[in-house]
Amino acid sequence: MPPIVDPKKCNGCEGREESFCEEACPGDLMYVGADGKSHCHANRDCWDCMSCVKMCPRNAIETRIPYQLGYHKATLKPIMGKNSITWKCTDIHGQTVTYKYRNRLDIED
Amino acid sequence: MPRMVQNPTSLDAVETVQVDCDILIIGGGNAGCFSAVEAAKLDPSLKVVIMEKAHIMRSGACSAGMDAINTYIPEGKTPEDLVRWCRSQVGGGPIREDLALSNARELNESVDDLERWGLPILRDAEGKIRYRGAWDISIHGEQLKPIMAEKAIEAGARIYNRVACTQLLMDGGRCVGALGFGVRDGKFYVFNAKATINATGGAAGLYKSYTADATDSHHQIWMCPYCVGTGYAVGIRQGAEMTSMEQRWVATRTKDFCGPVDTISVGYKAPIINAKGERIMKQRYAHLGADKAPRYIRANAPMEEWLAGRGPTYCDTRGMEPELAKQMMTDYLNERPSFVLFLASRGQDPVKEPIEIYGSDPYIVGGHTQSGFWVDMERMTTIPGLFAAGETAGGNPNKFVGGCAAEGKLALRGAADYIKGLELPEPDAAQIEAEKARVFAPLLRGEGFDGLRALEMEERLQRLMDEYAGGTSQFYRTNEERLDYALKHLAMLREQTKYLAATDLHDLMSVHEVIDRIDVAEVLCHHLKFRKETRWQGWQTRADYPEVDPAYDCHVESRRNMATGEIETFTRPYEQLVPGDRYKP
Repeated sequence: MPPIVDPKKCNGCEGREESFCEEACPGDLMYVGADGKSHCHANRDCWDCMSCVKMCPRNAIETRIPYQLGYHKATLKPIMGKNSITWKCTDIHGQTVTYKYRNRLDIED
Repeated sequence: MPRMVQNPTSLDAVETVQVDCDILIIGGGNAGCFSAVEAAKLDPSLKVVIMEKAHIMRSGACSAGMDAINTYIPEGKTPEDLVRWCRSQVGGGPIREDLALSNARELNESVDDLERWGLPILRDAEGKIRYRGAWDISIHGEQLKPIMAEKAIEAGARIYNRVACTQLLMDGGRCVGALGFGVRDGKFYVFNAKATINATGGAAGLYKSYTADATDSHHQIWMCPYCVGTGYAVGIRQGAEMTSMEQRWVATRTKDFCGPVDTISVGYKAPIINAKGERIMKQRYAHLGADKAPRYIRANAPMEEWLAGRGPTYCDTRGMEPELAKQMMTDYLNERPSFVLFLASRGQDPVKEPIEIYGSDPYIVGGHTQSGFWVDMERMTTIPGLFAAGETAGGNPNKFVGGCAAEGKLALRGAADYIKGLELPEPDAAQIEAEKARVFAPLLRGEGFDGLRALEMEERLQRLMDEYAGGTSQFYRTNEERLDYALKHLAMLREQTKYLAATDLHDLMSVHEVIDRIDVAEVLCHHLKFRKETRWQGWQTRADYPEVDPAYDCHVESRRNMATGEIETFTRPYEQLVPGDRYKP
């Protein structure tokens, strides 16, 4: 499934040896191109685990359902907190639902 | 890890890195991370290395997260009870009850560890763990993989991210580590170890998924597509004994998006129905437990409806209270977040419209079904020095997260015991040079080479397996003649791997992945061919032998004859250790 990178938001994690999405992708699919922006080697090889979307510090990546499977266009965006995650989902009719839950317990020392 | 700027221009330009350690763990997933933590507990002086193809913070099957721990023993139940349930889920076995029992005795502690490390486990108002079935508990496991990885790092394991394993390092018949290459830095890695724990993922992508023909949907599958069976392949190539490879994992999944369905059908009690609105499980499988029928029956049932002309099939979520539906969506967000996006892209509200379901493409996994290495109680394979845990260890189905974690600990204890008094031999230079040449050859074919891309061979393999070795398009059925055809063409594919050419390091990884898949597929076909009966419909369906045959109430085994290269099949007897009716939980 295609991860779509917004080139206006993406800066290839300037200053880092490796961009966050490159680091996160379990399929070694993301890379920073000569234009300084992140790209995906092969959209067809994406597992849509959304690890890159969660890691991106500039909210520059979006996971999109291929049109052959789902209609244009719905969005799902995670906002990562310290101990929680908030998901905002908008369907093709413009209906939005927000989900928020704790994804980390306070850790014992 | 920085990427190599250019491809190496010759083999001499490839740097070789040697890493010596006490215990090498191949694969920093669930089992691998728990092995590393256990090592630090047992003996902090142990030098432990993890070789990981991706980055352990978000690698493999757990990368998206998990919404449940499927095996946690509740108060009042015993490990023996869990083994009885586990056995009934595979039609009364045969399973390795010795292994299942030892995992069951360990797994609650592993789950408790996860909670101590920060994993939210859902509890009721009284603080009691909330069960959503007999054995599975709900979690908010979006951070499951980072939590495990952090603990492995804290435990002092040295992590080599983005290094793909390609071969075991051998010293005669003994395993003394593994070889591989950096998919980012292009270096050749020699991990020299007194003992090796093989803890990679299972094998996905042996079969074509039915959405693979659609652009951008090649990897619309349930199992992590980057787990290709390398862990099995490296053992198969050295003559390790494999068990139960014919018991494939096929699951009912949401149609067109291969999302989990037990979450809805078991966790939220949404019954499976066909196009006519009939409750399939109740009407046709009451004698096998209806909605609680063994997993392979539940996986196969919707496909039987389609075949009989009564599809589509659904999980009937209609009428679910909106709050409950939101909880169900949250479960999905924990494990397969883009399923929520998929429903949104269909404009679908499950409260008003049922969720369509279908069968998945088949996978080889030792954590769900029981394919993998034959291991002893210490989790050592038949290759001395090579241990297996999690998806790679066979004989013990329904391990899931807790059982794989437990097995990681058990394998580490076995490995730590094995290395006592052992010296690290100097690695064999000839073996290393030969493997280095094999690994990098596809990148060094030179201009004008008229070869093959990994993708072409992968798609050929997947179609072959789908149509001849019981894939989705054939409703999981196969027969003797089709398997013979598959084996003939698998041999031709292997012969043609010499034509594979890679354009860059990422592509080189894909080349080796397809080679590994061919080796696993060959063994799988031999196992399917050996079992001339149908013991687990869907998981293993022989159209030419549609009934259970008591003669095959045993483990089917195989190993490569290292002299001839042929795969030889044989059996081992089933031993019932836990008393009770084998067919009942």
